[in-house]
Amino acid sequence: MTEKTAYNWIDERLGLSELAAFARHKTVPVHAQSFWYYWGGISLFLFLVQCFTGVLLLVYYRPGAEAYESVRQITFVMHFGWLIRSAHAWAANLFIFAILVHMFSVFFMKAYRKPREFGWLSGMVLLGIASIFGFSGYLLPMDELSYFATKVGLQIPMAIPYVGEAIANMLRGGPEVSEFTVQRFFALHVVVLPAIFLPLLGFHLWLVQRHGNASPPSEDAKPAVERKSIPFMPNFIRKDLAMWLISLNILALLASVFPWALGRQADAIVPAPAGIHPEWYFMSPFEMLKLLGSVFPGEFGEIAGLLLFTVGIGLWVLIPFYDIGQTSGQRARAAHYFGLLAVFALLATTVIGYWTIR
Amino acid sequence: MSDQAITPTFVLEEPGEQNTRRAFLVAAGAAGLLYTAALGYPIYRYLASPSEMALSATAVTEVTLKDAHKLPLGSVLMFKFGTAPAMLIHHADGRWVGLSAVCTHLGCTVQYESQADRIHCACHGGVYNAYTGANVSGPPPKPLKLFKVAVNETGVEVSRT
Repeated sequence: MTEKTAYNWIDERLGLSELAAFARHKTVPVHAQSFWYYWGGISLFLFLVQCFTGVLLLVYYRPGAEAYESVRQITFVMHFGWLIRSAHAWAANLFIFAILVHMFSVFFMKAYRKPREFGWLSGMVLLGIASIFGFSGYLLPMDELSYFATKVGLQIPMAIPYVGEAIANMLRGGPEVSEFTVQRFFALHVVVLPAIFLPLLGFHLWLVQRHGNASPPSEDAKPAVERKSIPFMPNFIRKDLAMWLISLNILALLASVFPWALGRQADAIVPAPAGIHPEWYFMSPFEMLKLLGSVFPGEFGEIAGLLLFTVGIGLWVLIPFYDIGQTSGQRARAAHYFGLLAVFALLATTVIGYWTIR
Repeated sequence: MSDQAITPTFVLEEPGEQNTRRAFLVAAGAAGLLYTAALGYPIYRYLASPSEMALSATAVTEVTLKDAHKLPLGSVLMFKFGTAPAMLIHHADGRWVGLSAVCTHLGCTVQYESQADRIHCACHGGVYNAYTGANVSGPPPKPLKLFKVAVNETGVEVSRT
């Protein structure tokens, strides 16, 4: 009886029963491609893991001149510090992987079509922020690899005509990667980016609640009686949580069996180590720019590369506006081929990138 | 079993089914506990690292203060005994006194006042005797811990009594 009273007391003030009623009516389509529905949830889980392990790292991390020393302490002095750091880094990599899978599944299921354009757009911005998270976080240990990765990465804005150098200097906090760079990347990584990412993520998730899961065109073509679905509560959420548990196990295994390494302290006058290469998720754009650079040598090549990149990404982001609906047969097929081309280009350039590491 | 025999109308499941459900819930609960422990233990140890390090530092029983024998009359030298602040006083009459500098009231670092020849805590006005560490007035409930002091020609050795 007291449970009932307590529930009513809270319900009157917060409207829990409305939420419960909403959850009861929510369903998730069941079909051959249903597996891909889990990847958004997996991405969310890996993001939460990073928030949690990130706060733990924040307990001992010191940005600025002491950055390397504090990461050395976390890795070798604090109990299980290596594990926390390893879990953070592995979760970051798995996170990028999961959102890429999520993005391509949305693309090929044509889930960006009306009324889900904002879901696609907000997702693309989230992916963009995630890669800046990755880039800024990579510098924070201030070891050799992070130093040179940041040095090389900040050469890219340098290619922008006229204002490139000013932009690069602004990001670096000076003409060279230094303790000022770590300090501002730190502010970016733990304050600025989360402050933008979290509300946008809330928006993205709210849209999913509002429009529900999209079913692929092949499902939509079927008559309503043949389409199957399961309740979100508790059937789908149970499967979703099972996926979270599997993700946690994989993450724990990777983080403990392959602990994230810490290189030697960054030193500007020590030459870059042999075999240095970008993280796997930056390998493809890096390799594409390199290939374009060899086709069009010199400054023209750099600008042409950036331009081609910008146009490609622009077309990708704006896909909901030219592959509009079921009736656009020709455009739908063109979008499909564009997607296949993107997957092929990403995979091919990544393979070439790893193949040509010296 | 006998309960179910008496009220058969309430039995919706086979007794065996109920057992498997109970076994499942027990196993799930145990797995949950195991996960919580496996995640919680490393996190606890990680966060507790500094206190564990401090623990080994508090095991210090003796501190050598180099050149402290040159300390002028009527002055004080603040130092760390392990992790906690401590003070070495060279009184105007030539006596040496080593004391913990942590106020026994709420843990502020206390101060030696040479004119009044007393120890004073600025936080809540506690006063201690500068020779014995005895709490003289104000809120402190206990005296300051007194150390053993040995002066030699290279410095001063302060140790736990």
